[in-house]
Amino acid sequence: MNRLLVSPSPHDDNYTKTSDIMLHVCIALLPALAAGCIFFGLRSLAVAAVCVVSAVVSEYICRRLMKRDNTIGDLSAVVTGIILALNLPVSIPLWIAALGSFIAIAVVKQLFGGLGQNFANPAITARIVLLVSFPAAMTNWVLPFEWKNGADAVTGATPLVLQGMSADELAEINQTIPSYLDLFLGNTGGCLGETSALALLLGGLYLIGKKIINPAAPLSFIGCLALLSLIAGGDPLYEILSGGVFLGAFFMATDYATTPISTKGKIIFGLGCGIITFVIRNYGSYPEGVSYAILLMNILTPYIEQHTRNKIFGAKEAAKNEK
Amino acid sequence: MRKLKGIKLKHRKNTENSVTVQLPLPSKIILPMSMHMGVPCTPLVRKGDTVKIGQKIGDCEAPFSVPVHSSVSGTVTAINDYQTSMGTVCKAVEIEPDGKQDISDEIQPPVITDKESFIKAIRESGACGMGGAGFPTHIKLNPAKEIDTLIINAAECEPYITSDYREMIENTDDVLKGIRLVKDILGIKSVKIAIEKNKPEAIKKFEELTKPDSAFDIVTLPSVYPQGAEKVIIYNTTNRIVEEGKLPADVGVIVINVSTVAFIYRYTQTGIPFITRRITVEGNAVREPKNIFAPIGTPFADILNFCNTDIDKLKAVISGGPMMGMCIPDINMPVLKTTNALLAFDHYDDRKTSACIRCGRCADVCPINLMPAEIDKAYRIKDIDDLKALKVLLCMNCGSCTYICPANRKLAETNQLAKTIIPKN
Repeated sequence: MNRLLVSPSPHDDNYTKTSDIMLHVCIALLPALAAGCIFFGLRSLAVAAVCVVSAVVSEYICRRLMKRDNTIGDLSAVVTGIILALNLPVSIPLWIAALGSFIAIAVVKQLFGGLGQNFANPAITARIVLLVSFPAAMTNWVLPFEWKNGADAVTGATPLVLQGMSADELAEINQTIPSYLDLFLGNTGGCLGETSALALLLGGLYLIGKKIINPAAPLSFIGCLALLSLIAGGDPLYEILSGGVFLGAFFMATDYATTPISTKGKIIFGLGCGIITFVIRNYGSYPEGVSYAILLMNILTPYIEQHTRNKIFGAKEAAKNEK
Repeated sequence: MRKLKGIKLKHRKNTENSVTVQLPLPSKIILPMSMHMGVPCTPLVRKGDTVKIGQKIGDCEAPFSVPVHSSVSGTVTAINDYQTSMGTVCKAVEIEPDGKQDISDEIQPPVITDKESFIKAIRESGACGMGGAGFPTHIKLNPAKEIDTLIINAAECEPYITSDYREMIENTDDVLKGIRLVKDILGIKSVKIAIEKNKPEAIKKFEELTKPDSAFDIVTLPSVYPQGAEKVIIYNTTNRIVEEGKLPADVGVIVINVSTVAFIYRYTQTGIPFITRRITVEGNAVREPKNIFAPIGTPFADILNFCNTDIDKLKAVISGGPMMGMCIPDINMPVLKTTNALLAFDHYDDRKTSACIRCGRCADVCPINLMPAEIDKAYRIKDIDDLKALKVLLCMNCGSCTYICPANRKLAETNQLAKTIIPKN
């Protein structure tokens, strides 16, 4: 007879693995990537491929150098690669894309201990590092369907910049303010994966349906931004459909490692993202603020967690003098 | 009524229609003097003694203890040291059955006139909770506080196990008479029979049989684990909260397992003590899953063979359910009073543990809202103040957090370890 294995309970099989969760996130990102290919051409796919390969290779090398378990099988590096790609303009030089993935994985994630240990979202942080390092390449917005013109692709401004322009300025650059439908479908200039609210919403709903993400953070983020815009007399629908709001809200403000665990915490996180995004967009010098909003809230996450711990059933409140 | 959250498990109640069959007399019986909570007994017999069915072979002066009776007639062949699954060592009486199955002269229906004689009789019966933890029944039924509600725990929330369900179906009458007995003697006003939704037949049966009596209330619990945990079942049937450091009696409640209450009734009629129990035998290594009646003390190997188990392929054997049961290191260990199921598998989960991804699933499934991932972190740095603040001592070890963890972290185990480093004061 074989020796019997003795282990503490429970003994029942469990079905969801970390890699399953990451695979669902990858699947949820595909509509946005497909939208990127439709509006900005197949180069979108090349950018995504470079980001993913660079992320996985960086992860592998880091783990080897640190003499830790090889973790590329958990697919978290693949997710980071795809999310970073969706945050880049389609015209980005491929080496910059590869560098971005390296920063995300090696610097932001592995230097802090790897999966679940990083305090900031790797893709967001990498995007910000690239934005301050290569401002021109990172803001070279190709207009939708211009890829059919090959090398002569016309670049333009993003909806958030267009919104702030006068009629004369718009005429000068030969662009118009996009309709809500164009914004919803993604038929505007911007990062290759951020323009289509529809595709991102599909992915987000898939993750909510699969119970991978909690809708608390996306809803409070988008809701707060719309409300602030309404109060300030802006156009709430335009505000939430343009820029990286949907990409940020559904895929980055829901990152497990860098956002609070409790639902209360997630709501606070979302509200904070909404407020900071609104302030940067309307009073700051950048046209877009989603990335910075999420990064700043990432940093606040440990403090939010301290104050949003679950109330435990049947627990007596600790006496005042007891810490 | 508000209900506590839980976790959806595969029920796997494949034996729910298996009528209980009697196990053939085993060739050896091992009766440990400590089978559950309470002070271990001292053997009352010596090697070479002849014993009969129902004869008391172990007892103890301490009030928080329960005597042990022989489940067969035969000869005492040895009294050895025995290591329980909790790791403590006690004596165990080994008996070789003679096949005659003579019943001891000691056996007589107890004379019950009042609460005091009832409690005394319950202790003499050797009864303990049959749901798993094995709390001595005579202590449970003798609380210092006023009790207004008797909760019958018929949740049977663990996968696989159907032994309580079979008791409800096969011995419905005993269950009801047992409930009435306890209710009348203890003067309890209302009874709540709490059954999980996945046992519609039992719910229907009890609803029909108790309809004329307004003191009875059949509560259908949701089919989410762990409905059978004491604090959970109390809240989900009465909305009363048993606070930290309190007992169910403090909120006017006694919770008793459905099989235990049926046993109490049978004992008052026949005087035969707690020497046999119903066990669900299941698991993928068991070719013929069954519900069986086995004498307490039967080596698990006899049961596995009776159910046509592939012994050579066994990798893990569990006494109890898959969520809270104990792994058996050796199949020659015996059935205890608390053994409600025996599960045998030809595989075990050999996945590696990986880093916490902070998904929060552990906190989502915890019935009492603990945050196992935070406890895990605090335990690793031995932060005792934080462990106290996180209320790890309230963990009931239901195992839901470990079960759900995508990184296969042994969170429930960590909770138990964390409990041990908090100094008692």
